[in-house]
Amino acid sequence: MSARWTAILAAGLLAACSSAPRPTGDLGVIVERADGRLIVVESTTNTQLGRVSGLGDLSHASVVFSRDERFAYVFGRDGGLTKVDLLERRIAKRVVQSGNSIGGAISQDGRLVAVANYEPGGVKVFDADSLDLVADIPAVGADGERSKVVGLEDSTDNVFAFSLYDSGEIWVADLKDPKAPKLTKHTGIGKQPYDALISLDGRTYLAGLFGEDGIAMLDLWNPGQGVRRVLDHYGRGQEPLPVYKMPHLEGWAAVGNHAFLPAVGRHEVLVVDMDTWKEAGRIPVAGQPVFAMLRPDGRQLWVNFALPDNGKVQVFDVPTRKLLKTLEPGKAVLHMEFTPRGERVWMSARDSDKVVVYDTATLEKVAEMPATKPSGIFFTARAHRIGL
Amino acid sequence: MSRGRLGGGLVAALLLLATPALASEPTALRAAELKDMVIQDCGSCHGMTMKGGLGLPLTRDRLAEIPAEALSAAILDGRPGTPMPPWRGMLNEAEADWIARYLKGETDVR
Repeated sequence: MSARWTAILAAGLLAACSSAPRPTGDLGVIVERADGRLIVVESTTNTQLGRVSGLGDLSHASVVFSRDERFAYVFGRDGGLTKVDLLERRIAKRVVQSGNSIGGAISQDGRLVAVANYEPGGVKVFDADSLDLVADIPAVGADGERSKVVGLEDSTDNVFAFSLYDSGEIWVADLKDPKAPKLTKHTGIGKQPYDALISLDGRTYLAGLFGEDGIAMLDLWNPGQGVRRVLDHYGRGQEPLPVYKMPHLEGWAAVGNHAFLPAVGRHEVLVVDMDTWKEAGRIPVAGQPVFAMLRPDGRQLWVNFALPDNGKVQVFDVPTRKLLKTLEPGKAVLHMEFTPRGERVWMSARDSDKVVVYDTATLEKVAEMPATKPSGIFFTARAHRIGL
Repeated sequence: MSRGRLGGGLVAALLLLATPALASEPTALRAAELKDMVIQDCGSCHGMTMKGGLGLPLTRDRLAEIPAEALSAAILDGRPGTPMPPWRGMLNEAEADWIARYLKGETDVR
């Protein structure tokens, strides 16, 4: 082949590559919290594809994905809601919808994005396409005061559930008709719900309480039964340790009939039997747990920690509840995200300015990449799971 | 409330008596670490720009009326009934005092 033909062929290939469709099923984002920026990554060969900046204060940012896995909705601390195009790596839409927000959720049909706000306390619901405001739900508690909203989760049938931190309530908002949300309010559920999770079937809403030892549980298939208290007084009256970082309940760490929850102010992960809602054991861990997450197959439990143990990650074998290994992936490990089927896990080490990737079978590091003060890591596979 | 502790006022008063020169001013290196801690760790609740979150806003405007000693006491002993934990054990008094002055804009570090 002549040099000329080789050059033409190469040019043709290049053109074909640049216009080839890029699938999104292995994409994800890493939040660079201090710079208001996302790194778009792919988890097949662990590479960074580019960055998107201009997202505001991302000190407690979380992300949900459109059902086509092309767009990331980023909830910023400063009330910013940003729709990011992962393929074109640019901001598609951005609104600053409140003074101070904490997170959000996307409806089952993918048409509504809801945001939990601290200031002014409430939930705002947006059209996922245009980010136009669809519904505004001020969180005025039974005490007549506006409350911060936490633990906003999506269930089925375009139902959202959330908790009122200041007044201790759980509200369920039915948005089948987005213009006329139907609210059901459960009051007196306990002191200071600080975060919540919903089961993968969208049925069970669990709100962790900070102001007392216990978890508030609402069965969304039987809301008339009201909120039940589970794991009441798990601290057994012992003085809790200072909590340097609030645990996170996002994600459903449940396998079989057991759920795994980080204890507040204790070096323990609590195991709950979801048939009886009684405690089914405790796993002693190296520090105060922040995230207690199951590998997608449920066989391993991965736990990271608050200060001063935030350089460690512990991995447990779920059937035996035995410690497999204590890892030291870097300084200030803030978040862990499994690949969709769990063969690898990505972890952000904020104070090491890097993200590390571990093989979950060998528990060895297989890749690392630079990132500036990384916090949350979110893969697009979340798009197809209720409550994530 | 199972997480009750000493009243903030009492603690503040005790601290006022105890504060003078127990520990020396943080070194430049330690000050840089403290600044990082304020932005990153305090920022998780108070916002990286200190405009608040689950925790109160800690902007200079908001803190102008609050004496550094009271802030330092809140840092060391927490605020009962809120998620603000006591940082004694992670920070000594001079370090808490440095953070209080840093938040109020009274240190050289910006």
